[in-house]
Amino acid sequence: MTKHATNEPFFWILFSAGGMMAAIFIPIHLLLFGVAFPLGWFKAPSYDQLMSLVSMPLVRIYLFILCSLPLFHWAHRFRYTLYDGLKVKHLNELIFAICYGGATLGTIIAAYLLWNIR
Amino acid sequence: MSATRQQTIRPAPAYTEFHPRWYRPRVSVYWWLGEWHYLKFILRELSSVFVAWFVVETLLLIKALRGGPEAYAHFLQIMQNPAMIALNIISLFFIVFHTITWFNLAPSATPVRMGGKRLPDVMISAPAYVAWAVVSAFICWMVLR
Repeated sequence: MTKHATNEPFFWILFSAGGMMAAIFIPIHLLLFGVAFPLGWFKAPSYDQLMSLVSMPLVRIYLFILCSLPLFHWAHRFRYTLYDGLKVKHLNELIFAICYGGATLGTIIAAYLLWNIR
Repeated sequence: MSATRQQTIRPAPAYTEFHPRWYRPRVSVYWWLGEWHYLKFILRELSSVFVAWFVVETLLLIKALRGGPEAYAHFLQIMQNPAMIALNIISLFFIVFHTITWFNLAPSATPVRMGGKRLPDVMISAPAYVAWAVVSAFICWMVLR
């Protein structure tokens, strides 16, 4: 009794890549911009400093990946949490659409915001 | 009589032995509150919500940068709101929890065999921690200089 082929591996790869990005890159970003700068531990970068950083195409590509992949990580994990945690398998299609649709929407927004910054 | 001998022989239908339905106990929706291990698992999975929250914050920061110096200053002010700081500290705990559980799980997902024996787990997770430290130092340098 073999299982039929699914698209699961594709979504799992996105989950895995997003999880690695989130694990390595997000903690320091969140520490700096969410805690250190607001609490005044360090002086927050000035507008010009950040704009000179963000004007580099490599930085924008990095930010795009930083925003997109973790969203797919969330989508996959949250979908399974709803299945297993709340036992709502009967809402399969709706959950699938909300999770991956949300991640795709976030990706599109990130691409739009990062495309060109003057 | 001769007509039946000319009938084609059909294969015998597949009979299965009678078996009663397997017993599956109904699982309560609150199964995860029963044990600390289960709760830890659910908390680990819920860390993904805080990952998504970070992405939302980052997109708001980029939108503020596009809006000019005043929009950026306004964003910095919002980040200084005590409720925001509290939320971000909680997020930070969950995200570090995600990182540590992720690195400790990675060896199980990527078993490496060399010379017929599996490499010890620490040889996969230790480089991940080192990469985390190096990347964090680099980003600090990029942002704080």
